Amino acid sequence: MTYLAKPKLHHPTLPQNRVCRTRRDYEGKISTLCAGCGHDSISAAIIQACFEMDVEPHRVAKLSGIGCSSKTPDYFLGNSHGFNTVHGRMPSVLTGANLANRALLYLGVSGDGDSASIGIGQFAHVMRRGVNMVYIVENNGVYGLTKGQFSATADQGSASKKGVVNSDTPIDMASLALQLGASYVARGFSGDKKQLVPIIKAAIAHKGAAFIDVVSPCVAFNNHPGSTKSYDYVREHNEAVNRIDFIPRKEEIVVDYAEGQVIEVEQHDGTILLLRKLHREYDPHNRVMAMNYVAEHQAKGEVVTGLLFVDNSARDLHEHLNTVDAPINTLAAAELCPGAATLAKINQSLR
Amino acid sequence: MSAQLQPDAQPAPLAAVNDFVVKFANVNGSGSASANELFAKAILRMGVPVSPRNIFPSNIQGLPTWYEIRVTGAGYLGRRGGVDLMVAMNPQTWNQDLKEIEPGGYLFYDNSKPLPASRFRTDITVIGMPLTEICNATYSEARQRQLFKNIIYVGALSVLLDIDPGVIEKLFSEQYKGKEKLLESNFKALHLGRDYASQHLPKIGLRVEAGDGVGDRIFVDGNTAAAIGCVYGGATVCAWYPITPSSSLAEAFQKYCQKLRVDPVTGKNRYAIVQAEDEIASIGMVVGAGWNGARAFTTTSGPGVSLMTEFIGLAYMAEIPVTIINVQRGGPSTGMPTRTQQADLVSCAYASHGDTKHILLFPEDPHECFDQSAQAFDLADRLQTPVFVMTDLDIGMNQRLCAPFEWDETKEYDRGKVMTAEDLDSGRDFGRYLDVDGDGIPFRTWPGTHPSKGSFFTRGTTKDAYARYSEAGPDYVYNVQRLLKKLETAKSLVPQPVARNARAATRFGVIYFGSTSPAMSEALDALDAAEVHVDALRLRAFPFPDSVRQFIEAHDLVFVVEQNRDAQLRGMLINELEFSPDRLPAVLHYDGTPITARFITREIGDRVRAARKSS
Ligand SMILES: Cc1ncc(C[n+]2csc(CCOP(=O)(O)OP(=O)(O)O)c2C)c(N)n1
Ligand code: SF4
Ligand SMILES: [Mg+2]
Repeated sequence: MTYLAKPKLHHPTLPQNRVCRTRRDYEGKISTLCAGCGHDSISAAIIQACFEMDVEPHRVAKLSGIGCSSKTPDYFLGNSHGFNTVHGRMPSVLTGANLANRALLYLGVSGDGDSASIGIGQFAHVMRRGVNMVYIVENNGVYGLTKGQFSATADQGSASKKGVVNSDTPIDMASLALQLGASYVARGFSGDKKQLVPIIKAAIAHKGAAFIDVVSPCVAFNNHPGSTKSYDYVREHNEAVNRIDFIPRKEEIVVDYAEGQVIEVEQHDGTILLLRKLHREYDPHNRVMAMNYVAEHQAKGEVVTGLLFVDNSARDLHEHLNTVDAPINTLAAAELCPGAATLAKINQSLR
Repeated sequence: MSAQLQPDAQPAPLAAVNDFVVKFANVNGSGSASANELFAKAILRMGVPVSPRNIFPSNIQGLPTWYEIRVTGAGYLGRRGGVDLMVAMNPQTWNQDLKEIEPGGYLFYDNSKPLPASRFRTDITVIGMPLTEICNATYSEARQRQLFKNIIYVGALSVLLDIDPGVIEKLFSEQYKGKEKLLESNFKALHLGRDYASQHLPKIGLRVEAGDGVGDRIFVDGNTAAAIGCVYGGATVCAWYPITPSSSLAEAFQKYCQKLRVDPVTGKNRYAIVQAEDEIASIGMVVGAGWNGARAFTTTSGPGVSLMTEFIGLAYMAEIPVTIINVQRGGPSTGMPTRTQQADLVSCAYASHGDTKHILLFPEDPHECFDQSAQAFDLADRLQTPVFVMTDLDIGMNQRLCAPFEWDETKEYDRGKVMTAEDLDSGRDFGRYLDVDGDGIPFRTWPGTHPSKGSFFTRGTTKDAYARYSEAGPDYVYNVQRLLKKLETAKSLVPQPVARNARAATRFGVIYFGSTSPAMSEALDALDAAEVHVDALRLRAFPFPDSVRQFIEAHDLVFVVEQNRDAQLRGMLINELEFSPDRLPAVLHYDGTPITARFITREIGDRVRAARKSS
């Protein structure tokens, strides 16, 4: 047997969410990743976020490329359709799927090799187009699945497990997403679920291209001293700009943050993001400031986490293309085929 | 020797009614294309079939370009070869253009600047007209001088060839409806040319005589036709990346969607077109949309297909409907980007690594581009696999006279085996890769269908019949054997071959496909007339239906005529049907120009006569 079915043990007392699902309904198959792999924590965060957001699992389409990270969609949301595409090209498949049916929630999961190395082209263009999605890169600085080669996000000077030093300049995915026009950009750490879950929840509520870079240590190949993507390194150098809480629509906001430290950000669907500022001067509505801030702190060896940027008025690809409101995969022949009489007119115009 | 050629013997000037070739030698970007098309259409409107071909460089402005029009009362729409009247408007290509004129033919040129006698041939009739002089005297603006020069020569030619000026005026009125100024200036230029020709130029032996050879046929290029086919076939997602000669297909799709696919109430589009960042992204989007239940296509040419191959393998393995229109051009590599070939058969039929096999359709003309593009979506949905429409530059970018498009309103789209929420609730077993009824085709569900049933994980890796990851040998073999069975099922669903029997029983046959068609029809007439009898079979799809095997079995020798170097179709026939190579001699034309009837007639004629002698 090469796949592991998870035993369905439904506890009668498990709490249900507003769409009458328990957490269990958001789980998938048992992970086959290494014990301690950061990617599994991200899967757990996705499960929690979807449960808490009352997402109907079957209304999610989860897509990925190839890699350990890209395997994970099999390990959450077992009642969603999933698509493990080809290496580095998930963005185009997600774009096409989104064009076909705008009514689903699109969750793209990728790795740093998948999105920053082989797939950087598609990554760039899916952000530019403003495809309405949640795009998560599970960033470990290496190719896990092919056993530890450097990826394009590996820091210059960082050493591989075998002692090889990376001399190439790293690509910072969050900075890139900011530059390319993503309308929601955040960074999390797989070891900090409290920060990550609200970031994913807010991304789900966001309409437009939402990108989350999640530093996710690879315990097999990139968790040693000298790595800048290890648990220890990230814990020591984590520079969180804010903590967010995600408040579903119409819920009363009762948080006891100190005055001046909290800002409310209303999302497109009326939901509220509560931002607890850790840095008084940080303004997540300012794309240029976000880019500068990330770059400055990166230069100091710090990993900036939190919600880096959000634009609530973003327009998505469907709005740019002015497509009909109904999913186009539901349009009937009568709405698509102009018919024989029109064809006769076309013929006449070609004589 | 008494039969010595006399150097001064002059061939008689050519004389022909409704059967000659005019070639325009122009400079790219000089606005000649629309004037030349006007010339072609005028003859068509007189009821005389024409067959034009653009011969253009990979360039925007300044390089030579040609437009060759065959006037053919007999209705032979293939390229004839040879030129009877050369309209030489490009000094750069003068020598080459002059050489192409048939002995006894005609040269029409701009004699505003005198040329030494040595630049001309003595065995042709030379007709000079001071076009630049006339333009300079009439127009002050440079652009006007250039554009109206084209209309002036059309006017002059209409006198030389007896083309009805009323027809041209009518074409102008249609084109410039509501733009009175433009209409008037075109009328003026036309008559400038006509007046000069009537007063100064001699009559020539070539003539157009009104006829009724056109009927209700339409005049359209294959790319436009395929685009309209995609609209009628229900395509909603088009992702593409510009490449000659396929770009005009995506652009035509956009144009017709804007006319025919906008919701009249909301003004919103019932289609989505994305110009992707490359062909990998184009096909990726098509795969995603097809997976999610939309009818999606991309249009490309050879280099694009090369980039798409990994995704094509995924679509084959994961069983996703995908339509790819390949407007073939000369390869390999950048090859001859503005010339025609049928050289992507193998790269498409077996695209991607591992054991793959894909459906190919071969339209012969724009009419079939329409039909087969529309049908491709049904086939892709039914068979859940990539379907290629294999057109080429000759069909795609040249206007061709063809039967009008038809649409059967009683026919519904075939969306294939898709399980709905009701199907799933009724307790039917759903195995995404399970062959439930023996045709090799499994059921699928679209994402979002049902809260708890029917979801599955799509992947290019191996899996069992219930879409669960599996590297077990038997699961793999079950799956890839089922894929083969699907291809078997496809044989009866794809367009079937079209047979044409020779006038007398014969042991010789010929197999051909696609844009070779018009040249072949003409060649078969010529061969029959020369008592060389050959039965013909025009293939319209791969995998080959059983009738292809039967046709080859019924003949001792079957010529395989194609426009590539390596006899790709022949190779596929040998491999797939296991015929002996001796039985299938290749007839190949691959210099980038469309194959001609003269070439086919000579090749097959000679070889049949040789075979008869030796047997
Ligand atoms: C076209 C292609 N080239 C190479 C591979 C081999 N390959 C599989 S996964 C992978 C790297 C994955 O790295 P990353 O996206 O960072 O994922 P991780 O395993 O680290 O989570 C590579 C190179 C492939 N699957 N396809
Ligand atoms: S190799 Fe690394 S990335 Fe892959 S599962 Fe193991 S720890 Fe995770
Ligand atoms: Mg990685």
